Amino acid sequence: MIEAITGRYMRLELEGRAHRLYFEEAGQGIPLLLLHTAGSDGRQWRGLLNDAEVTSRFRCVTFDMPWHGKSSPPEGWELETYQLTTARYTGMIMAVARALGLDRPVVMGCSIGGRIVLDVAAEHPDDIRGVIGLQSAAFLSPYYDTSWLHHPHVHGGEVCGGIVSGLIGPHAPDQSRWETLWHYMQGGPGVFRGDLHFYKGEGDLRPKLARIDTKRCPVHMLTGNYDYSCKPEDTEATAAAIPGAKVQIMKGLGHFPMSEDYAALRPYLLPVLAEFT
Amino acid sequence: MNVTALPARAAATPGLARWGRDLTADVLFSVGEAAWILSIHKGVLISATPAPAIMPRYDLAIRTGAEDFALFLQDPPPPGWHDIMGLVRLGAFKVEGNVALFMAHIFWFKGVLALLREPRA
Repeated sequence: MIEAITGRYMRLELEGRAHRLYFEEAGQGIPLLLLHTAGSDGRQWRGLLNDAEVTSRFRCVTFDMPWHGKSSPPEGWELETYQLTTARYTGMIMAVARALGLDRPVVMGCSIGGRIVLDVAAEHPDDIRGVIGLQSAAFLSPYYDTSWLHHPHVHGGEVCGGIVSGLIGPHAPDQSRWETLWHYMQGGPGVFRGDLHFYKGEGDLRPKLARIDTKRCPVHMLTGNYDYSCKPEDTEATAAAIPGAKVQIMKGLGHFPMSEDYAALRPYLLPVLAEFT
Repeated sequence: MNVTALPARAAATPGLARWGRDLTADVLFSVGEAAWILSIHKGVLISATPAPAIMPRYDLAIRTGAEDFALFLQDPPPPGWHDIMGLVRLGAFKVEGNVALFMAHIFWFKGVLALLREPRA
């Protein structure tokens, strides 16, 4: 059986530097741009991209961020420490949308992706149709020393997988649980930690929430109750600061709902997608 | 919770030793006032014995509270108490000493402590 997903590369300039990015897509219709979690890649969306009920109405596109998955870091990467920032992240999302000709896409992201869609909603409300944040909160405090994620005494792949393994809900199927962790184990050295620079520090979006106008840009937030990184109360506190934001707490799911158990995410997600026409 | 039975249960768990293939250490494991020394050689849990009250020797200490760990041991555990790092997030699990040993073998530690959950009858 051959899946309907296709993968290609694009060349584009980000912050004045040439990049080669990998992206996958499936379906036709309303553009739906999908953002993976920190330290992982677009394979997390394999369940959705294979869901005919979604791809019959949406052109679903996911890209691997620079440094992630099959996307290369820019020339000169060996001389620098990778760090994701709010401006860099939003800039690449809008650049990818333009490069692929996505007309006012719905932007859906998880974790760091669930965070950055709030910035996209605040900064570019007229360029998008709406946002969906999975495991989304405007700010989270660090609760462990992230320097261990990039340390010569600790295997980077195993620690990155191990540190996030408990964020998966206890009822997730073993196959998708361990595939989700495999993606983490394949991350480049220091990349997960570099993403957490945004997630646990620089990317505090609380001051921007009041600027989000849900009449111009609807905001949906879905959070699994087994996520102890972005807890349900973190999502609810964020939503409370965005008048009109809609929240669902998803029972049994963890931090990677689209990858750990797409079948369990689906009943929550499809009614949200149905609101976009 | 039967900590002294842990070596046999760990030995019967496929794949666990592989996650600790380079882990050789004595680990102090304390739950509330109780404490054990876990002696590990290349990922095999050799013994789990009550820690001496005086001058225990160990390379790494992992400490948790009795109430929080009781929730961790439930099947299924409540959200937030279902994983060691969840307990860390709650401030209910401390890793002290040679932390690199814990981080380098985090799958082993998570796996062996989850074995303390009693299977449903």
